[in-house]
Formats: sequence, C-alpha cells, structure tokens
Amino acid sequence: MSTKYSIFKKGLIDISPLLIPVVPFGIIFGAIGIELGFSPIITYATSLIIFGGASQIVFIQLLSGGASSLVAITSVGVINSRHFLYGAVLTEYLEKLTLIKKLMISYLVTDQTFAVSSRYFKDHKINDKSHYHLLGAGITLWTTWQLTTIIGIFLGSIVPDEWGLKFAIPLTFLAIIVNEFRKLDHVLVMLISGISSLIFFDIPFKAYIIITPLIGLFSALLIIKFKENK
Amino acid sequence: MSWMSVIIAGLITYFTRFSMITFVNSKMMSKKVRLVLSYVPSTVFPAIIFPAVFFNDYGKLVEINDPKIFGILAAIIIGFFSRNVIATILAGLIVYWFLIF
Repeated sequence: MSTKYSIFKKGLIDISPLLIPVVPFGIIFGAIGIELGFSPIITYATSLIIFGGASQIVFIQLLSGGASSLVAITSVGVINSRHFLYGAVLTEYLEKLTLIKKLMISYLVTDQTFAVSSRYFKDHKINDKSHYHLLGAGITLWTTWQLTTIIGIFLGSIVPDEWGLKFAIPLTFLAIIVNEFRKLDHVLVMLISGISSLIFFDIPFKAYIIITPLIGLFSALLIIKFKENK
Repeated sequence: MSWMSVIIAGLITYFTRFSMITFVNSKMMSKKVRLVLSYVPSTVFPAIIFPAVFFNDYGKLVEINDPKIFGILAAIIIGFFSRNVIATILAGLIVYWFLIF
C-alpha cells in the first residue's frame, strides 16, 4: 500500500526531468522583468499571483511595450485558457476532495503537473491518497519557479542563451506524449494539432494555444465516430 | 496600475485552473466527452512543440537541416523505443548541442 509520502515523492520524481527548461526559463523571466523596468517586487508578484511562465513573459512584454492593461490581461487569459481542458480531465480524479482542497490544489495545475499527474492517475487505481501525486509534482514545480524567478531578479540572466536550453521545452513535452506514438489515432490528432498550431501561430493574443487544442479535440471526436461506424 | 493588472490577470488565470475541478464532476460528462478528453495531452502539447521546433525566434519557419529538427528526430526515436522521459530529453539535447557547438 502506497503511503501519502511515497505518492508525493513519486510526483516529485516524475516532474524532475521536466524542470530542465523551467530553471533557465524562470531565471530569464526574472531577468527580463528587471530589464524591462519593473520593480523586483512586481516582477516576483507575477510569479506568485499569475504563476504561468509563458503568459507572464507575454504579460510584462506587452505592458512594457505600451500595450493597454486590457490587452495584456486578455492575452494572459487566452494563453492560460488551456487550463480549462486540464481541469476537465483532472476533475474526475479529484472528485472526492473537499471544496477547500480542490481550490488549493487547483493553484498548482500547470502544463508540467498536468502532464505527469494525469498520466499517473490514468495508470493507477484512484484512492483517497492519489492526489498527493499532483501535490508532489505541483509543489516541486512551484518552488522551482519561485526560486528561479528570484535568482533571475537579483543575478540577471546567468544561464547563457547559447546553451540552447529553450529547446528543452518542446523536448520535455515530447517525452510525455511519445508514449502515445504507438496509437495511430493519437498520432493523427497530434499531427493535426501541430500543423494547426503553425497555421494559426500569428493570430492575435496567442490564441493558437487554445484554438489548436479545440481543432485537435474536434478531430478526435470525428475519429471516434469513424471508428464506431466501422 | 501594474499591480491591478497583475492581480486581475492572476484571478483570471486562477479561474481557468479551479473552475472545472470545482464545478464539474464526471457524472456531468458523458462517456463520449470523457473519451474525447483523453486526447487532451495529444492535442495541447503538439501546440507547444511544433512552433518551438519549426519556428525560429522571429516566428519564421526554420530550414529543414536546422539542429532543432535533428534534435527532435533523435528524441522521437529514442523516446519511442525507450519509453523513458529522461532518455528522450537527453537524446534530443545531446544531438542538438553536438550540432550547435
């Protein structure tokens, strides 16, 4: 029988490789905030209050570039709207939690925690301790993001751009979905989604990040229907 | 002014995180909806992966012989056979580093 502690630790271990790009990304975010003229406090506050890497970078770049607050806030909302999809997937595994616990654990849902914990939930029998995986992964990522933002604020971009660690971002997400490469329907949905993201990349507010999944899910629905009719 | 923007952006982001988990439960979803939702990782993550690999910093398509293309191919091959997260990431990074240095 797994204990709370061992499940928490599993979450921590599962998310660790995904932190490779998070560390330099957090440092770069902190450094950019200062470079763009924001105070250390407000730069850090975005990591605490918004807590969403890509959306934070867009947010401060827009604000410093003279865009209105409305445009900056809308962009954050659009970019982070993918969490609705993550929540829709995770909710059945978190159903037994009290409202307060649901509200607290929700704060920790990110691309990376969703990636590792949704997989854990799918592969394991759900019991009253399963959510400790999401806690372990989420708290690990959260701590890393807060600390690296602070490092970036005070030390600047100490990770040279030439190391190319930005490329680790697509690699970490590939490592998560590569498991599904044996299923033709998933590969098809991935290709449709990937190509859509390239086509819609330039539309305003970075809306490709939510339009693409909707196209992908619609094609998944068509594939499911097609399989049923056979 | 910035503070107000940060707080509103934070509240909206938090809403995207808790709304489904708090207000929706699996009884409200049909079997088909849940089946479609099982494709979420296969559709959200390619939207992060493809632009990061196929576009450069200026949003233009990269050349076919870009180091990132070779890196991702190496990661796909190693990932497919090893089914190991760390091996997949390292394979991609090592090939990429080998080509850029």
